[in-house]
Amino acid sequence: MFAFLHKYASLMHFYRLSARWSGWLALATALLMAYGLYGGLVTAPADYQQGDSFRIIYIHVPSAWMSLFVYMCMAGAGAIALVWKIKLAEIWLRASAPLGASFTFLALVTGSIWGKPMWGTWWVWDARLTSELILLFLYLGIMALDNAIEDRRTGARAAAVLTLIGVVNIPIIHYSVEWWSTLHQGPTVSKLDRPSIHIDMLIPLLVMAFAFTTFYFAAALARVRGGILAYDRNTNWVRDLVGRGTVRGHG
Amino acid sequence: MTGPAGVFAAIVRRELRRAARSQSEALYPLIFFVLAVVLYPFALGPEPALLARVAAGVVWVAALLAASLSLDTLFRNDYGDGSLELVVLSGTPLALVALAKASAHWLLSGLPILVLAVPLALALELDGTTLVILLASLALGSACMSLVGTAVSALTVGLRGGGMLLAMLILPLYIPLLIFGAAATSNAALGLGAAAELYFLAGLLVLAITLTPWATAAALRIRMG
Repeated sequence: MFAFLHKYASLMHFYRLSARWSGWLALATALLMAYGLYGGLVTAPADYQQGDSFRIIYIHVPSAWMSLFVYMCMAGAGAIALVWKIKLAEIWLRASAPLGASFTFLALVTGSIWGKPMWGTWWVWDARLTSELILLFLYLGIMALDNAIEDRRTGARAAAVLTLIGVVNIPIIHYSVEWWSTLHQGPTVSKLDRPSIHIDMLIPLLVMAFAFTTFYFAAALARVRGGILAYDRNTNWVRDLVGRGTVRGHG
Repeated sequence: MTGPAGVFAAIVRRELRRAARSQSEALYPLIFFVLAVVLYPFALGPEPALLARVAAGVVWVAALLAASLSLDTLFRNDYGDGSLELVVLSGTPLALVALAKASAHWLLSGLPILVLAVPLALALELDGTTLVILLASLALGSACMSLVGTAVSALTVGLRGGGMLLAMLILPLYIPLLIFGAAATSNAALGLGAAAELYFLAGLLVLAITLTPWATAAALRIRMG
């Protein structure tokens, strides 16, 4: 069992094993996104109050979910990197940070675009919006700390500590809706017993969330493969690979 | 061999003695705190009603900024003269070192800021009951700031542009403290109870005391590698 894990955690083996994964995940993303967008933009009924403008939900909500999901993945990778000192987890963490920051930024921008017709303003100092903004600063801080430290491994592990310190913020973001009830609408999807969203609207939303997840893994994997080559650039296997000109798919 | 309490006391005593010997450096964050508060009446105008309404928030923000500035020096001298490396190598429990450093920081920055906050808040026309709540929330909050700040300060010690980087990393982490601190004082100003927010700050402080020494220890071990 441990030998098996060790094999996956070894950078060279992971690089070879994952050669096709990113492509398959990208294909899954394309299919899911095509279905989700068609369902969301064409077949889902218009909202009785918000008309067609609610349809931005199919980008906004998956982005907001992913902004948290990526952070949790980074926290998991950070814990693994610190406890077991596994290089792959370090690479995963630093590869994920810009992706998480992008999802957070996308959630903020689409939320702002949605807020203009619905609330009549681009920005309100509402709890969830503000927490999402804090999350963006957390991501930027993690990236800045990683960049500020010259040594790759030290930088990644320092970023891991900062990620774990920031993870305390995640429940605060999540429960902020209940703590400070303000302008932002309450959760409509997680009330599983009786969701206050129509099923024809909900299914494309879940498909889009799934598409965003596969996109994250496809993009992160491509970045991780690039990171592996950078980490191991002084080893023989990378020299052989580059020498033969068969380095494929690194981002 | 000294016990944990002895190590803790020795580190705190050393920090206090160093502050006493370079007093001007220890005073910079406090003078900065006073200046930051004094800027607001110039920016907003001297109307007593307006100042009374923003006073607690102004004091809180200034305390956050002063704390993040003073944290930059927490490990810098020890890092520069090599004593931090010796501490890491000595086998002293680093979580204990972290707790002692954070306590010393609170004594040198949090406590004086609490004292200075009284005349400043009164000058900003804050009333007596709200002032008590402000001090209580600031006492709990500044202790959290010292603890969390010690961990981030250990991560950024010795980096180029360390001071700005530290502020950038630390201020987002302070926002929950600011939210509860400001909510407590604004409730008090409206004549409502502030107990819930104060309990929350106390809860965050307990969490910080429990967790941040280990984060600081991990950070020191990584940076001193």
